[in-house]
Amino acid sequence: MATKEKSKISKEVLLDLHRRMVRIRLLEEAAGRLASEAKIPGFIHLYVGEEAVAAGGCVALTIEDQITSTHRGHGHLVAKGGQFKPMMAEFMGRSTGYCKGKGGSMHISDLDLGMLGANGIVGAGVPHAVGAAFANKYRKNNLVTMAFFGDGSTNIGAFHEAANMACALHLPVIFMCENNEYAEYTPRDRVMAITDVADRAVAYGMPGVIVDGMDVVAVYEAAKAAVERARNGDGPSMIECKTYRFYNHAGVNAFGTPYRTDEEVREWMERDPIKLFEAQLEMAKVLTTEEAQVIHNEIQGEVDEAIEFAEASPMPDPMTDMLTDVYTEAS
Amino acid sequence: MAVTTETEERVIRYNEAFTETLRDLMREDPDIFIAGEDVGRYGGVFQSFAGLNAEFGDERVVDTPIAEQAIIGLGIGAAAVGLRPIVDLMFMDFVMVAMDQIANQAAKMKYMYGGKASLPLTITTTGGAGLGAAAQHSQSLEAWLIHVPGLKVVYPSNAYDLKGLLVSCIRDDNPTIVVLHKKMLGSKAHVPEGLYEIPLGVANIVRPGTDVTVVAIGKMVDEAEKAAEILSEEGIDIEIVDPRSLLPFDTETVVQSAKKTNRIVIVHEAVRNGGIGAEIAAQIQEEAFDYLDAPIARVAAPFSPVPFSPALEMSYVPSAESIIEGVRGVLHRNA
Repeated sequence: MATKEKSKISKEVLLDLHRRMVRIRLLEEAAGRLASEAKIPGFIHLYVGEEAVAAGGCVALTIEDQITSTHRGHGHLVAKGGQFKPMMAEFMGRSTGYCKGKGGSMHISDLDLGMLGANGIVGAGVPHAVGAAFANKYRKNNLVTMAFFGDGSTNIGAFHEAANMACALHLPVIFMCENNEYAEYTPRDRVMAITDVADRAVAYGMPGVIVDGMDVVAVYEAAKAAVERARNGDGPSMIECKTYRFYNHAGVNAFGTPYRTDEEVREWMERDPIKLFEAQLEMAKVLTTEEAQVIHNEIQGEVDEAIEFAEASPMPDPMTDMLTDVYTEAS
Repeated sequence: MAVTTETEERVIRYNEAFTETLRDLMREDPDIFIAGEDVGRYGGVFQSFAGLNAEFGDERVVDTPIAEQAIIGLGIGAAAVGLRPIVDLMFMDFVMVAMDQIANQAAKMKYMYGGKASLPLTITTTGGAGLGAAAQHSQSLEAWLIHVPGLKVVYPSNAYDLKGLLVSCIRDDNPTIVVLHKKMLGSKAHVPEGLYEIPLGVANIVRPGTDVTVVAIGKMVDEAEKAAEILSEEGIDIEIVDPRSLLPFDTETVVQSAKKTNRIVIVHEAVRNGGIGAEIAAQIQEEAFDYLDAPIARVAAPFSPVPFSPALEMSYVPSAESIIEGVRGVLHRNA
């Protein structure tokens, strides 16, 4: 994207987009390391490579707006304002985590930030976005809801039901597709007869646009337009972000896998959304390489502190914590 | 339970009790809305929502697409941000269509998200056979639901209980499921005006007795009462316990009754295999094994889908006759 167009966006927003992407990247790289050292138990689905989508989408929202997430939800929570300490503690199953160690990486959430939950069932969060958007319209509070989901989600029934319902009820929802070309370990063209998920939008009666998901400004601008549309009472929109996850569906391997070529992975890594954006920011004289490095260092320090915090945090206690939070007790 | 005393007993239908309770709660709480298939303009396939759309408008009584997953998901999302949704699954058989949203989403959110998600969501549906509705519109699937931590499930056996349980469920801050029995929609009972609650997890001793405890679910309470009349002519005095709420379940009342009568028959409309009767029997033997004078008997549907032909369906659903047979079975068995 040419710098001329970007000049319409304030420096403050550009730096915000950058910061949120770097926050996601550095947290994820650390989480990957800790997972490979078995310090984070269970499955881990890293967001590295897709940062522009979460950042571009969430910068277009207010803190009160809601989002729903996927099994690959760390990036969404960070972009919505999630803090590293309770995130890292949750990854490690500690009682100081966002979910008190009961959810882990796959269910990371903070409802207070309008992040209605990462979800282990593909596509299942999308109907929740429709419900939150229904509540926003019901209360006339002018808030909107953004559902993040992958290309794979659009093949599941719940997605179709939710998209149709959102359009039928004319709700303030933004359907934010992260098309990373693979449904888990299966290439998109093996399980879908269309190339562009956005083609599906018209069938529900909403506009669908395609953006370069490695270009955070493109994502932000599309999200901003869709958010504005939703706030104006003009109903749902779909944005398809063409993106790529650098690591495997789960775990920390990037190369040497049977379902995608190393060459392809390297090509996408060349289009690293953070590197691309930092080059643009430097050209536009918004942020020098040195200034960017300062930001990286500062955030890395915060990540390191979060790891220390998590490792020093207690584990939940089977005697006292197992059966709490199953039900809301009557007040 | 809080019953308003009235000089004149008002008798209304089960279905009317449902509708007026929704209406009264919606007048009281602007956060309540209803969404489901045909619930709006048409008033629901059983007219259970009749008049509500006219009074509260399309915003609060919402016709949805035929999309059970999204209907439950709509309720979840709206509840997560503070509304108090009532979402309807026309037939209980459709629970399976929406099972991910019910069991993986609604039920688990609070726990998975570390206690922050409070989901004041009520799912209403209709269960039960006897209308010639065949295999996919007649089931009682409570056993599927009581297996899921995080849910609450009620299956009211009469209009009075329906109202009190419905109020409790809608006011509860957890996902609750209210199962109406299709064949009871027209049944009448004394139902006070005004809202009252029947606490969840408190069984009702419908008929005290000394010889055999019959634990009956939903419409089976009716059949058990018929059986009790016939048996009492023979000098057999059965105690009927209606759990009312299946999750949470009032184990204590059932166990106390078992300790008193020493003989138990459990009656439900769902198939015997893996039914709620198995769970109740297990709980009774854990708490009162030494008090039992006979093996616990279950009277339930045979292990087949619900058949269509009235000739088959009539003998498929447990009746007063099959309950009597079950009672005789546990009485004539000496420990």
